[in-house]
Amino acid sequence: MSFRAEHVARRLALLAAAAAGAFAIVYILFLATTTDEFGQGNWRATNFGSAVHNPQAFFEVLLDALTFAGLLFIVASGFSLIFGLMRVVNMAHGAFYLLGGYIAYEVQQRMTGSGFALQSTDVSTLDWVVPWLVAMACIGLFGLAVQQLLLRWNQGQDLRQALITIAVSVIVADQVIAHFPRTVPAGTQQFGGNAVSLTWPGWTNQFVDLHVAGVSYSLARLTMLALGVGVGIALWLWLQRTKTGMVIRAGVDDRQMTSALGINIQVTFAIAFLVGSALAAFGAVVGGSQSSIAQGQDGQWLLFSLVVVIIGGMGSLAGAAVGSIMYGLVFSFAVAYLPTTGDNCCTQYSVVLTFVLMALVLAFRPQGLFGKAA
Amino acid sequence: MRLGSSKQIAERAIGAGALVVAALAPFLFSDFFVNSILTQALILGIGAASLIFLSAYGGMISLAQAGLMGIAGYALANMVTQRVPGGETKGLLLGWDPTVALIAAILLTTAIGLVFGAVASRSYGIYFLMLTLTYTVIAFLFVGSVTLIGGFSPVAGVDEYTPGFIGDIVNDRQRLYFISLIAAVLVYVLVRYLVRTPFGISFQGVRDEPVRMASLGYNIALHRTLAFGIGAFIAALGGVLYAWWFGQLSPTIMGLDATIQLLVIAVIGGLRRIEGAWLGAVAFLLINNEVTNRIPASGLPVIGGTFNTVIGFIFLAIVIVSPDGLMGLWDRLWELAGRNRPPRGTADAQPATEASG
Repeated sequence: MSFRAEHVARRLALLAAAAAGAFAIVYILFLATTTDEFGQGNWRATNFGSAVHNPQAFFEVLLDALTFAGLLFIVASGFSLIFGLMRVVNMAHGAFYLLGGYIAYEVQQRMTGSGFALQSTDVSTLDWVVPWLVAMACIGLFGLAVQQLLLRWNQGQDLRQALITIAVSVIVADQVIAHFPRTVPAGTQQFGGNAVSLTWPGWTNQFVDLHVAGVSYSLARLTMLALGVGVGIALWLWLQRTKTGMVIRAGVDDRQMTSALGINIQVTFAIAFLVGSALAAFGAVVGGSQSSIAQGQDGQWLLFSLVVVIIGGMGSLAGAAVGSIMYGLVFSFAVAYLPTTGDNCCTQYSVVLTFVLMALVLAFRPQGLFGKAA
Repeated sequence: MRLGSSKQIAERAIGAGALVVAALAPFLFSDFFVNSILTQALILGIGAASLIFLSAYGGMISLAQAGLMGIAGYALANMVTQRVPGGETKGLLLGWDPTVALIAAILLTTAIGLVFGAVASRSYGIYFLMLTLTYTVIAFLFVGSVTLIGGFSPVAGVDEYTPGFIGDIVNDRQRLYFISLIAAVLVYVLVRYLVRTPFGISFQGVRDEPVRMASLGYNIALHRTLAFGIGAFIAALGGVLYAWWFGQLSPTIMGLDATIQLLVIAVIGGLRRIEGAWLGAVAFLLINNEVTNRIPASGLPVIGGTFNTVIGFIFLAIVIVSPDGLMGLWDRLWELAGRNRPPRGTADAQPATEASG
């Protein structure tokens, strides 16, 4: 009886998901209109109108989604890597992101010495790569220290480890606000946790004509996507083609058997934590160059990482990629195509869709799209 | 007739003593202490109790409780405040009857809790923890970004429209203290009663042996969903009280910091026993008050930072030294003291099994 009810409920949910997805596509492609046609307050009024009406805007939003997905993947793949191997939910991943971003900012400021409003023409590739490497090294080593000191002796107690990383995130986030940013423009007061921006190197500051529907797109954002794809390929090669990667995959599948074969799994754990933490800093440097680093982003990026891996499935590289793309699409299209008119011009309902997306995926696969059953 | 172990007798005596002190508190302590520490502790204790209820009896550590408290508070604030000339301007300003609004806010939160619970009902352990954390962050971002119901600046005036049986809590803060005390006692009694009902027993069965319970014909997902709804109901009670206590609502009452604060309270008190909620809340607020008073404006000496750094280290120490918090410490002390005595009576909360990963 209850079994049948559950079966029917799941069918209904599947139907609802398909209907919602189909409606979203039809709406974006055809139904959406601009405020000029129907006026303010109409539920179909959006900024650009439908894809048929304005293909250029549509392709730009699509590119926004994919480039954002590239950034999401960089951060979330680190989170997922750590979880997949060690079953540690690193709740401090967002705090690592924040710290990494501020470290990179300080290094870039020291290198260029141009003060607060740094122009991208003043930044050479080296001025971006060195802060990026320094931030990754710092956060990687910091993550390694956290793992060795706080997480190594209680392996297997996954809830306790999650609580420990929450404590770490509270301390790190508070310390970051207390000490960063250190470099502020002359004459202004240093104010903890203020928003600062990293700056992309000069050559990215241009638009590329893609010859599709007249779209010219920011090279910096395309770089972001390329970096995401690059991280994906590098991780894939590392996990599939190297000995360390083989050991990691073996460890994910059966930790005890792997160590029984005489492999020092502790070294592998340490490497995975180092790389996973460093990826948080990698993402922060990219994200901080594209927008900014500010207090509160630790929680935001923890949410992003959680949503991506909940959708995609914990510990799966492909899952992180698919989760990033799905979340990037929902996030960007919701911001661009949901009606935001009337008295409440600035209302953003897109966050509700985050929940809807997650709920729909979990209704069918509690372990996420690519996750293995627990 | 069984009299219970000496530990149970001791606990009952301490509990009765605490209740007497709590009832007399407004005559014993300063107004500041009663309002800022005790009232807030009772309210946050209710929130933490909803967390501990789910964790102790269901093995589900939910980080959604702060979000649910905030949802209840925001629902109440939007329903109850009125559109008057020169009055408040934020929120929907529906101007409903306060009693109706109070009931509607609690029911709405419980309904949202049931939806949340249904989505999470097949996730366990850290998956459940992560999923419920996203609930809170989504709720936080929702009230922050949907300017219609709030936005990032505060919605004020919620404490000016209270039902008749609650009375004036703006000027008479002792009233709010006693109301919170009654609510806390009711929540405690409700939880103790619930876990003895057939539902409560099977819920604990679901915690310990989900596979066996499923093969006996129990609907695991339904049990966990309903329990999450009950947790949401308790959190909603805490949420409306918190809204009255603050008088205004801003998204920070349900943000990541608030979530961690509730979790810290529950962990300090102990995740396995419901009494720990209020013990943890009092301990947390006392530490908060003491430490905050001592920190210079420039931040902590040497390392810098605020109270958050201190509570982070305290939290870390508790998780490392005694994961079951103060109540766990108390249980362990009795075990040490009772080594040579006959075995103690059955405690109603058996140790939760390690979450299946």
